[in-house]
Amino acid sequence: MRHLESRGFKWVSLVALWAAAAVPVAKAAEKPAKTVLLATTTSTQDSGLLDLLVPMFEKETGYLVKTISVGSGQAMAMGKRGEADVLLVHSPSEEKQVVAEGFAIDRRLVMHNDFILVGPPGDPARIKGSKTAQEAFQKIAVAKARFLSRGDNSGTNAKEKGLWRAAGLNPEGQAWYQQTGLGMGDTLNVASEKGGYTLTDRGTFLALGRSGRRLNLAVLLEGEPHLLNIYHVMEVNPAKWPKVNAAGARAFSDFMVAKKTQDAIGRFGVERFGSPLFTPDAGKDPSSLGI
Amino acid sequence: MSGKDRVIIELSDLEVERGGVPVLAIPSFRLHEGEFVSLVGPNGCGKSTLLLSMMGLLRRKGGRIFYRGKEVHSSGDALAFRRRIAMVLQEPLLFDATVHENVASGLKMRGLRRKEIGEKVALALERLRLAGMGHRSARKLSGGEARRVSLARALAVEPEVLLLDEPFSNLDPPTRHDIAEDLEKSMRAARVAAIMVTHDQSEALRLSDRIVVMDEGEIVQCGIPAAVMNDPPNVFMARWVGMETILDGIVKERAHGVLRVAVDGGEIEAMGEESPGKEVYCCIRPENVTVERRDKPGPPGRNAFPAKLVDVSAAGTFLRVNLDCGFELVSYLTPESFAGLGLHDKSEVIASFPVAAVHLVRKRAKGARGD
Amino acid sequence: MDLILQGIAQALHLLWSLDREVLAITLLSLEVSGAATAISVVIGISLGTAIALAPFWGKQLVVSVVNTGMGLPPVVVGLFVSILLWRSGPLGFLGILYTPAAIVIAQSIIATPIVMGITIGAMQNLPPNLRLQILALGATRWQMVWWLVKEARLPLMAGVMAGFGGVISEVGASIMVGGNVKGYTRVLTTATVMETGRGNFDIAIALSVILLALCLSVNYLLTMVQQRDRPR
Repeated sequence: MRHLESRGFKWVSLVALWAAAAVPVAKAAEKPAKTVLLATTTSTQDSGLLDLLVPMFEKETGYLVKTISVGSGQAMAMGKRGEADVLLVHSPSEEKQVVAEGFAIDRRLVMHNDFILVGPPGDPARIKGSKTAQEAFQKIAVAKARFLSRGDNSGTNAKEKGLWRAAGLNPEGQAWYQQTGLGMGDTLNVASEKGGYTLTDRGTFLALGRSGRRLNLAVLLEGEPHLLNIYHVMEVNPAKWPKVNAAGARAFSDFMVAKKTQDAIGRFGVERFGSPLFTPDAGKDPSSLGI
Repeated sequence: MSGKDRVIIELSDLEVERGGVPVLAIPSFRLHEGEFVSLVGPNGCGKSTLLLSMMGLLRRKGGRIFYRGKEVHSSGDALAFRRRIAMVLQEPLLFDATVHENVASGLKMRGLRRKEIGEKVALALERLRLAGMGHRSARKLSGGEARRVSLARALAVEPEVLLLDEPFSNLDPPTRHDIAEDLEKSMRAARVAAIMVTHDQSEALRLSDRIVVMDEGEIVQCGIPAAVMNDPPNVFMARWVGMETILDGIVKERAHGVLRVAVDGGEIEAMGEESPGKEVYCCIRPENVTVERRDKPGPPGRNAFPAKLVDVSAAGTFLRVNLDCGFELVSYLTPESFAGLGLHDKSEVIASFPVAAVHLVRKRAKGARGD
Repeated sequence: MDLILQGIAQALHLLWSLDREVLAITLLSLEVSGAATAISVVIGISLGTAIALAPFWGKQLVVSVVNTGMGLPPVVVGLFVSILLWRSGPLGFLGILYTPAAIVIAQSIIATPIVMGITIGAMQNLPPNLRLQILALGATRWQMVWWLVKEARLPLMAGVMAGFGGVISEVGASIMVGGNVKGYTRVLTTATVMETGRGNFDIAIALSVILLALCLSVNYLLTMVQQRDRPR
């Protein structure tokens, strides 16, 4: 008769433990029809707005939202491949192209926040008081002042590149123009450390300023129409990708422009920062925003 | 005596190849119950191969194995058969565990209950004088202790046959002697048959009922120790049994059972039946070589040669003396005789040996049946 | 500096107060990496032992491949697994991208070569005649494998710890196939990266401290198992 050593028991129980641990992992496989894959950008995620809105949506509709926050370029690429159901991004020119190519439908204006130009408090390039962003960029180029770019094809990066173009400048390859390839928060840290200028969205800047580290940066230009950061929501075209959760995408899209949500967006940030981070724009005429 | 006659294992036409080359060819071999067999032969002659094949651990090209008269086929029978045998390899190869766990391992493999295992382990430990050492770490034992544990491990499963591959190598002589004694007692007590590969002459002589001599994969001689001692089948064995003088020679003449053999540098007379022209080795024990002073009167006997002393070395309590007679002769002298003869380097003496003391080994001697 | 001390204080506070989210993240890290390690142990030790013990043509090549696999960059594994699991990918029908199961799959692929490689080395390091001696004591083939594995348990356990260490600390694959979805596929490493990116350094350090503490405890447990029954 086989004798079960106590050591054998211990091994069996160890294995059983692991198996038990695997159960919740397996349980987490949910029904696909109930999941909505939302592709958005890191800055949107980092602002904390989605931490407010997504639970609202989930509670209202019973959908499970999986928020995948990546660079804007990747978010749109995911949309084009049908790997996401709905996109919440802020790169208007790229978005228009995606719609034109038929990969996305129902592009709707949701909200905007703004970008600001920040830099060392000493302002070596003397950009404070500039009327436009182009003017400020020109001054930076002339002064060869250190400028930090995200260089990661994000919405912010696209905005920044657009502004250089509009100023008639090409800073690529110049010694004072440095690309981090990182997210907004990291890039701000680098700018603060190295005393450089950078273009950032207000939300991240405020959020960073409040956390443990004091940023050695001052707001040097804001409020200029060209610095608006405009968000649209669009659904991935189910005609191109039948596997997308079209119903869920539409539900989310409808939710983002619904009045209740828009109100919530308008209130977001007041408590924490004293002023709202976003301005709700659903239903407005796009030209009123100057785009 | 009837117990001794019962055959436990029989090999028939066993052939083993390695890489297409035959390494073992045993037409017949029988192991009897309770018998102790020593297996001797030069390195690489197939001794370990024979043991492993017997256990079924080496694939064989052909041949059959019988256990108590019934043939052992592969798979099913083979495991049951294998479990009646225990083999101890050359290095102790103990597990990284306690002495008790090592000795119990074979029993655990057979699925015995804890209580039974405990009893058998205790018995085996006692037999090998390891009582009380069960908790010790096997990695921290001395050479002799480790060897005892590996033997206890094999004895614990109560095998009918024990196969031992040089079980006492690398041990100092007193330890070797003690362990061999304890092993022999345990085996006799349990009536275990054994085949032991060894290079040690005195051990083989002391412990064995039979000595089996192998060469190049075949059994070349098989018999009681005395037979092997006096009648080595080849040069290797001649050296092994202690015939230190070995001379290459050709038979020149044969008359009345006495041969005249020409060796390099002289002629020797020996007893034998070889025909003239045959090549032989002449093997002579040093104990049989007498050394006398040259100026001693008396007729020269047969096999008496003038010789010069070229070397002296110690050989136990004797002195080994190398003599140059035109060919080399080795003789043993007591220190007293040596002194009495007043010998020194390059002394000139007469070396002689009886005709009957020359043992002839035919070149390329082929084997006897191994029963 | 005080930022680190702040982080440690924060970590203790989060744990003490049993912060729901942090607990969930920690538990998920443990489950996912634990499951992956378990899978890698089963496959790695069995396959590794088979490769080490059996003679076959091309063995050298196979062992080299396994050894190379030990150094597979997790992010590369993550990329390829995510491509496989994309809706448009060959395994898209499973619908497991951005689920904990996907992370388990990716981490298993990372950990298995590690466990396998160390197993092969450990088994090949056993005295070559040990196999014969075990069989000569009456073992079946399976028993022989079991006793050999037992004999190699010290380095094998080290292999398990290496496998676990490799996956509990990786972030590249977890982000790619998991998506860092809050409350769902967010683990300690991905959360740390995210909090750092947000500038919440205190939380990031706190999560790092928790991760280190987790590694230490698990490895301590495994080491105890490894060193247990060592005779004096």
